[in-house]
Amino acid sequence: MAKAMRHFIFTAAVALTLALGSSAEAASGPGGAWTQWTAGNDVSNIASLQRGAANFMGHCAGCHSVKYLRYSRMSADLKIPDEQLESKLLLPGSKRNDYITTALAPADGEAWFGKAPPDLSLITRAKGTDYVYQFLKTFYADPKSANGTNNLALPGTAMPHVLSSLQGVQAAKFSEGEHPHWESFELLEPGQLSPEAYDGFVRDTVNFLDYAGEPVKAQRQSLGIWVILFLLVFTGFAYLLKKEYWKDVK
Amino acid sequence: MAASSDNATDKGGFRVWLNKRLPVDEFVASQLTGYLAPKNFNIWYFFGSLALLVFVIQILSGIFLTMHYKPSELMAFDSVEYIMREVEWGWLIRYMHSTGASFFFIMVYLHMFRAMIYGSYRAPRELLWILGMLLYLALMAEAFMGYVLPWGNMSYWGAQVIVNLFGTIPVVGPAIVEWIRGDYGIADSTLNRFFALHVIAVPFAIAFLILMHLVALRQTGSNNPDGIEIKAKLGPDGKPIDGIPFHPYYTIKDLVGVGVFLIFFCGVMFFVPTFGGLFLEKPNFEAANALSTPEHIAPVWYFTAFYAMLRAVPDQQMGALLMLLAIVVLFFLPWLDRSPVKSIRYKGILSKIALTLFVIAFIALSYLGLAPASDLYVILARVFTAIYFAFFILMPWYTRIEKTKPAPERVTYHG
Repeated sequence: MAKAMRHFIFTAAVALTLALGSSAEAASGPGGAWTQWTAGNDVSNIASLQRGAANFMGHCAGCHSVKYLRYSRMSADLKIPDEQLESKLLLPGSKRNDYITTALAPADGEAWFGKAPPDLSLITRAKGTDYVYQFLKTFYADPKSANGTNNLALPGTAMPHVLSSLQGVQAAKFSEGEHPHWESFELLEPGQLSPEAYDGFVRDTVNFLDYAGEPVKAQRQSLGIWVILFLLVFTGFAYLLKKEYWKDVK
Repeated sequence: MAASSDNATDKGGFRVWLNKRLPVDEFVASQLTGYLAPKNFNIWYFFGSLALLVFVIQILSGIFLTMHYKPSELMAFDSVEYIMREVEWGWLIRYMHSTGASFFFIMVYLHMFRAMIYGSYRAPRELLWILGMLLYLALMAEAFMGYVLPWGNMSYWGAQVIVNLFGTIPVVGPAIVEWIRGDYGIADSTLNRFFALHVIAVPFAIAFLILMHLVALRQTGSNNPDGIEIKAKLGPDGKPIDGIPFHPYYTIKDLVGVGVFLIFFCGVMFFVPTFGGLFLEKPNFEAANALSTPEHIAPVWYFTAFYAMLRAVPDQQMGALLMLLAIVVLFFLPWLDRSPVKSIRYKGILSKIALTLFVIAFIALSYLGLAPASDLYVILARVFTAIYFAFFILMPWYTRIEKTKPAPERVTYHG
């Protein structure tokens, strides 16, 4: 139902846009097929969420906090056993009921990167899951950039490509002309993961951030089905009652 | 020990005792079982009672939100996330309230449209319409101030834009803006007073206006899809032939409406609470930030028609005035319509075309107000704004010259 509704809204929006002529060009970087990449994650997939949590704690939490999420909530929702939480996921100095903060002080972040790394609790809600997925997949080598890499989804990002050891280093090919479009990536140095495996890594991580943005999401949807079923039955009986009462109104 | 005559437990029990002190039975008899409504209400007549239902939903969910929300610049955004994550069922309460805000406007817009197609604003129901318009104004104020409370970035910048509109008032404008904000910018003091107004003052005004709206409705009786007065055809018992008791007939019919409504409401609340960024906007998942303006500032969908009019005018002062006029002109609807019949069923072709164009213009303006203000959009917004006003300005003319069909003597079921 959620998908069908989203599809309906999307179709309606596209129809309106077409009817009213093309809208203003988005202000961000080079367009191309990458803007159509979708995360395709699923917050009811616990295994994926567990992998995503491990990815996040291992590769992101050094600089990024998820300050609205507690370790204990995460381990309960994601069915992570206590020993694993304590041995693998808790950051040094954190207790299980703490919020997931980062050891990096904002001032240090600002000094090292030019901008303190943002909290990621609500990143998927503010920017969308597809955006985060595209961001993590479109780092490319750019000699003009201060840290040697740039990004298609967030041009000029202050974040270095911290996942390059996994993805490898890629170069981007752009079309000629005034408004260059992205055409393809070329792997300059392979990483530890194959492109498919890196894809899965990013998808799991985005899935975890989607969960962190709204921990109740999966529960909300499964509860909603029962509520709607009850309402259908209720409305059916209400309708029969109405028919009974109204049968002599001519 | 002689029992006094007031002590009625032996003469009919609690009900008699109660009714001697509080006219419960009399109230039910005059307002529900004895209130006769036309028997030919169609689907358009569900939305008044449903708007009332949303009001109750908003009050109830709002009470629980205020138990956990913190109206302070430093804590507001965090407290909303606290509600979403750590308060038992807090996410449900919050989504109920945010979904309710949009559904309130959907119900009210459909309810107003009903009045427009069947001429429910015409004499003797002018005051009923005006009370309804005042309710609409109060609802706009309530929605705007409630929208600021989560202290997201769009809340903040939206408030900045809307409050600044008061600055276009000649001479006293800037002072008024400062007085509303309580500071030189949208700040903690603004948030705090909006909280007070949102949870106490405006809901009180809305409840009072709803009461007046219903009292006025009881006085004139309901209109119906044929736009004729059922009181004009009385039976031998002196009651309208085409009237049926509101209770049980319409209370039970409305129950079906409530069921269908809740299916839609819960469908949004449980599956698409942000409604693709229309009901809860993406920039509002970032905390208010005076240093970072969202890419496009737009109000929530229910205000965007008026926002498009504001942007259609190059001069901000004139734009604000036009926006105000767009709402004020609705108050005069009872006197602009000069047709001999009330219902669109019996009006002529000109009224039908005008109303269709008006609906298209309102929907198109609502869309344009959400979109960025590019050249083409501004031109389109001007065209639709012109159509919006032409609907009202030309109404005395086209309703008088067109050829109408005679309205029936008795209510009908199919127009």
